[in-house]
This record gives sequence, C-alpha cells and structure tokens, in this order.
Amino acid sequence: MTTDGKLTLHVPEPAVRPGGTPDFSNVKIPKAGAVPRPEIDVEPETIRDLAFSIIRVLNRNGEAVGPWAGLLSDEELVAGMRHMMTLRTFDARMLIAQRQGKTSFYMQHLGEEAVSCAFRMALQPGDMNFPTYRQAGLLIAGGYSMVDMMCQIYSNSRDPLKGRQLPVMYSSQEHGFFTISGNLATQYVQAVGWAMASAISNDTKIAAAWIGDGSTAESDFHAALVFASTYKAPVILNIVNNQWAISTFQGIARGGAGTFAARGLGFGIPSLRVDGNDYLAVYAVAKWAAERARRNLGPTLIEYVTYRVGAHSTSDDPSAYRPKTESDAWPLGDPIIRLKNHLILRGAWSEERHKQAEAEILDTVIAAQKEAESFGTLHAGAKPSAREMFEGVYAEMPPHLRRQRQQAGV
Amino acid sequence: MARMTMIEAIRDAMDVMMARDEKVVVFGEDVGYFGGVFRCTAGLQQKYGRTRCFDAPISEAGIVGTAIGMATYGLRPCIEIQFADYMYPAYDQIVSEAARLRYRSNGEFTCPMVVRMPTGGGIFGGQTHSQSPEALFTHVSGLKTVVPSNPYDAKGLLIAAIEDPDPVIFLEPKRLYNGPFDGHHDRPVTPWSKSDLSEVPDGHFSLPLGKASIVREGAGVTVLTYGTMVYVAQAAAAETGIDAEIIDLRTLLPLDMETIAASVRKTGRCVVVHEATLTSGFGAELSALVQESCFFHLEAPVVRVTGWDTPYPHAQEWDYFPGPARVGRALVETMEA
Repeated sequence: MTTDGKLTLHVPEPAVRPGGTPDFSNVKIPKAGAVPRPEIDVEPETIRDLAFSIIRVLNRNGEAVGPWAGLLSDEELVAGMRHMMTLRTFDARMLIAQRQGKTSFYMQHLGEEAVSCAFRMALQPGDMNFPTYRQAGLLIAGGYSMVDMMCQIYSNSRDPLKGRQLPVMYSSQEHGFFTISGNLATQYVQAVGWAMASAISNDTKIAAAWIGDGSTAESDFHAALVFASTYKAPVILNIVNNQWAISTFQGIARGGAGTFAARGLGFGIPSLRVDGNDYLAVYAVAKWAAERARRNLGPTLIEYVTYRVGAHSTSDDPSAYRPKTESDAWPLGDPIIRLKNHLILRGAWSEERHKQAEAEILDTVIAAQKEAESFGTLHAGAKPSAREMFEGVYAEMPPHLRRQRQQAGV
Repeated sequence: MARMTMIEAIRDAMDVMMARDEKVVVFGEDVGYFGGVFRCTAGLQQKYGRTRCFDAPISEAGIVGTAIGMATYGLRPCIEIQFADYMYPAYDQIVSEAARLRYRSNGEFTCPMVVRMPTGGGIFGGQTHSQSPEALFTHVSGLKTVVPSNPYDAKGLLIAAIEDPDPVIFLEPKRLYNGPFDGHHDRPVTPWSKSDLSEVPDGHFSLPLGKASIVREGAGVTVLTYGTMVYVAQAAAAETGIDAEIIDLRTLLPLDMETIAASVRKTGRCVVVHEATLTSGFGAELSALVQESCFFHLEAPVVRVTGWDTPYPHAQEWDYFPGPARVGRALVETMEA
C-alpha cells in the first residue's frame, strides 16, 4: 500500500531462483474440458474470460474431454506424435553436433514440440507462417527436408541459404515458412501485412504470426495488433509463452497484465489461452482461429502456455537463473508423454510401438545427418562459395559490389 | 506532355502505376481520403478504391512492417512516411528486414517496395521537419536510395522505383514540391510552371536508377549534389561566374561513378554539396570515392559544403542551410587552391 513518502520502483522477480524449490502454485490450471468452445463468429467482448483461462483437452488420465475434443483421427494423432518425436530427436542430434563443433550454434524446442507441430496441421497449402527461431515443428510437420534443415545448420555446400544465415534461421516459401530474422518481433507485423495483402487480393490464404513471451514487449508487437485490429486482417497472432526470455522470467514482459492473451482484448481481438503441451488443444484452437480468418472474420490472438525445458540456446546455461529441476515441476507436463498416454488409451499406440517409433525416428534422423554431413559441416568439408557472399544483395549486382567481389578475388 | 509540379508528377507516377498494375498499393498516414498532407496522393482513393489507397495508423514501424509483408506476398506497396524525420521508428524494419530479405532467404522472399518520404529543409521546419537522413540509408546494403530534384525526374524515377525488384527509399525534397529553390529565400518563389523541367510525359515512362544527370556542363570544377542543392549550386555557379559542371546524382545508391569520375578527371576539382550534416554524411563517401578513383587528376582537395553538425534549427534556418553564398565561396576557394 502506498503511503506518503519516498517512491520505490517495482521490479518483478520470479517466485524461485537457483537453489530454491520449484513452485508453480501460482499458475492456475483449469480442468480439461472446462473452457467452452464459442462459435467462430462470436463477438470478442463476450469471450473475454477465455483470455484468462486455459483451454485444455487432455485430462490427467489421458482422456480427451470437453467441447474442444474430437477433431483428430487416430491416424492424424499418430502422425502428430511422430512429428513431435522427430523434432525432439532432431534437436538432440543437432545439440550434440553443436557440442562436437560441427556448427556454431543451435536452439532446441524441448517441451514446446506440440505448439508448432499441432499448429501446422491446422493450416492449408499456401498459408504463410512468420515464425520465430523456435517453431521448426512447422517445417518438420510440413514435410520439409530434414537434410536441408541440417545443411542450413551446418552452413555447408548444400545450405539452401548459401551459408549467409546463422543456424536455425530457416526459410522456405514452398513450405509456408517465412525467412527467420534475428531481430525479434519484426515478423509479427509483417505477417499482418501479408494477411492484408491476401485480403486486398481477394485470395483465400491466411497468415500466422509467431512471437515469444519476452518479445511481446517489442514495439512491433503492438504495431501488429493495431494493424490486425484496424484492417481485420486474416491472421492468427500466436504468442508462445514458455515462461522465459533467456534469463528473464515472463513477468518482466507481462507486467501487470494477467496474461499475454489479455493484451489482445484492448485491441478488440478475440483472444484465447491454450495448454501448449496439449497437442489436441493446440490443434483445436488453431483450427478455430484459422476458420475465423478464412471466413474473413478477422484476427485471433492465441497464447500457448508452455515451458522452455531446454536452455535458451547452446550459448546459455539456465542453471544460472532458475532451479535445475524446474521443468519437472511444470504442471502441464510433457507434450509427447501426454499424447502418448492418450493414444495408448485410445488403443492407437502402445509402449512397444512408441519404442519402435523412437528407434525408427532415430535411424531416420541419423541417416539425414550423415547425408547432410556429406555436404560438409561449418569447419570441415565442402563450403558455400565465397562468391555467394556478394550474390542476392540486390536482384542485379550493382557496380560497386562487382568491384568488391573482384577485390575479394572470388 | 503536361506541365506539373513535383507533387503532381509524384501523384501522376503513382496513378500510372496503380492503373497499370493492380499489385501496386499506396498507404500511409493521411494518405487515403484526405490525399496526403502534401497532396501527393490526392484523388487516388476515389479512383482506385479504399483497398488500393488507404489511411494507416500512426505507426511508422507498422506501415513499413506491413508493407514488407505485402511485398513478400507479391504486392508492390508504395508507402509514405509523412516526414523523413519520422522514419526512425521504422528503421529496424527497413534495415534489418526490407534490405536483407532477398539476401538472407537466398532470393525466396523479396521486397519490391518503395518508401516515399519528404525530406530536406529550407522551409522553417525546425528539427523534425527538415532532416536529410539519406546517409542512414546509403550505409545499408540492400537498399536503393533515390532523391529527385524536378517533376520530370520525380515521375520517371518513382515509376522506376515502383517497378524495381528491390526496396527503394524515395526521398522527396519538400522544398521543391511547388517550385525550384536556389537558396535565395529573400526572393519570390518561382513556380514549376515557369520551368522546362515541369514538362512531364503523359502515361508511363521511367528513368533508370543509378544514372546521374549533368545539369550544367562546365570545365572548371565538378559539383556533386542532389535534391534542393542542385539549384543552389546552379545559382552559386552563375553568381561567381565559375564554369562548374554540376551533376545531379539522382540516385545515391547505386551511384553513377562513371559519370562522376569522367567529370572530375576532366575538371580536376570537386565540390560536394548536401543539406545533411557533415560528419559521416553521404558527402564523405563521395569525397572518398572521388579521391580513390581520380587522385592523379585532382588539382585541389575535395571540398564539402553541407549542413552543420547540429540538429536542424528553427530561427537560424538560413545560417544553417548551405545557401548560394557558402557554395559560391567553396567554388572560388577550390578554383584558387
């Protein structure tokens, strides 16, 4: 309570630091199936409470319950399972490859696999994602070549980006995956523009914008929401709240807002909050938002509540700022284990099939890795030509760059 | 042919391109219904509808960011930042995104976009309606930077910019919108209608980006300049009687080094003139390039006449603006050096 006297500055702190006991008692988790599923043409102001709850489908027993359940077949869920397992295995192998010095840098998705893998399945060919560096599930689930992803990570002679980009900054027009930038939040407003262009052109394609909890503090986030709201752009505005922005806990970006989803309400954008570790819930919510966009009903904002289990990147050590066992205490569990339990309950999966799938996927990833490494790694083997450095700055190389290329002797 | 002001020529360029290519969209603050605070987009919304020409929220990052998204979709946005002084909130989008999309995606995504912005001083615009930030764009790989100085060039260059496959920063000297200005602020303004340069071809025509124009042939000294300073330099040459060869660069990047080098090798002297501040301004690049490519032909040091290294003041407008007297002195000193 403020009394007369000197002012003090409020600086939010996470509940627990290294050495402490992880505590998520402040994270209110509603029961699976408890949140209603509104009609897609709902008036945004009538569903304001959805921005403060969490849409969940899978309950503690692994059953799919409530109004958001029942959208996916056994086959689709098994495919989703394999996508998530593939992404996790891919991450593990690339993390090791970085430690072995085969590349300079890597960022994993550990614990967040459901978000991008399930979301991808709600899109149609021609739609465009504007991802951050932590949505490679969009590529994996979209059928992009793992070899090409690895070649990009290795910056080798087959790197689709010719060695110009840091590892994991993929780009694939064909797979609806916009070129990743190191500058945070820039793509959020670009996604809105892309969606506006689709509407201007009377097209049927929609865009999906992606951002993390920390980057919502960037001004481009706010610009994106204003433009999406003003022009009712056919865009899904995704916020992946994994609780951490490198070492900074989400409270620093969120401030006094109850949730990140609540940010959308002030812009008149329907805003949902979903269990990001629940493959079925992520898919159901993404489908709802995609349908709204496709029916020209405008943007939807979605906050995925999840947890960044891994380090921020290969250059980060989370034990310096959060308890080592914090991820074990995360109340929404692990997306792969939760879907596995559900599939077993449905009779569409078994421990045996899971182990078999793990082995198959590992073989596939290792085979892809061998193939990728045959085209070189960062410090060994074939490399992109130094001439590539000068190409593609402009459509046509201007005279000053031709001179510089000549000087470089390439 | 029709007589046009620079405003009309710019509007006509957008009109021509919007009629030819439905992918061309125009938006910005007050650009739609109202037709722009400088009237550059007047009538376009009525003619092409609200989805081709529209008003934007006051968010430069939003305007440029959404335009980039549109360009990567396949449209050709020609957007407006109301004053170049207000482009800074969009600078991240311009530098980190528009300029690098083609490079970082290996050509998968491109950004055919024009960012128009009124620039320059001489209008009592004070600190935030007078700046000339061109050096902040020419330093960025992947951008093209254009500064027209007359209605004819403005239309031809803007059409070329809209058709260009790469992002183009199109800086419009607002002091020249209604007529040429030679820095003699105490004399009546001449309207464009009195100048041959206001004769603008009807319909579609374009001028190549990266080509300078020699506006006055001479043998004594080469003047490298652009925008409003083209007229100041012409006045200075006339008043000092010095036989200056005045080159209007028109495009700063890519730069027409052939024309520049040929002229300096002929004259042996070079004066660089711009409104922007001196230190690390575009004149430094010009000076270095001339020194590198014409060293053995130079009979005097390359001289720069520019705005002072201060924010653009209000009351001291004519002490700041590099007028014909200052430029004339530099011409004389260079000839005597």
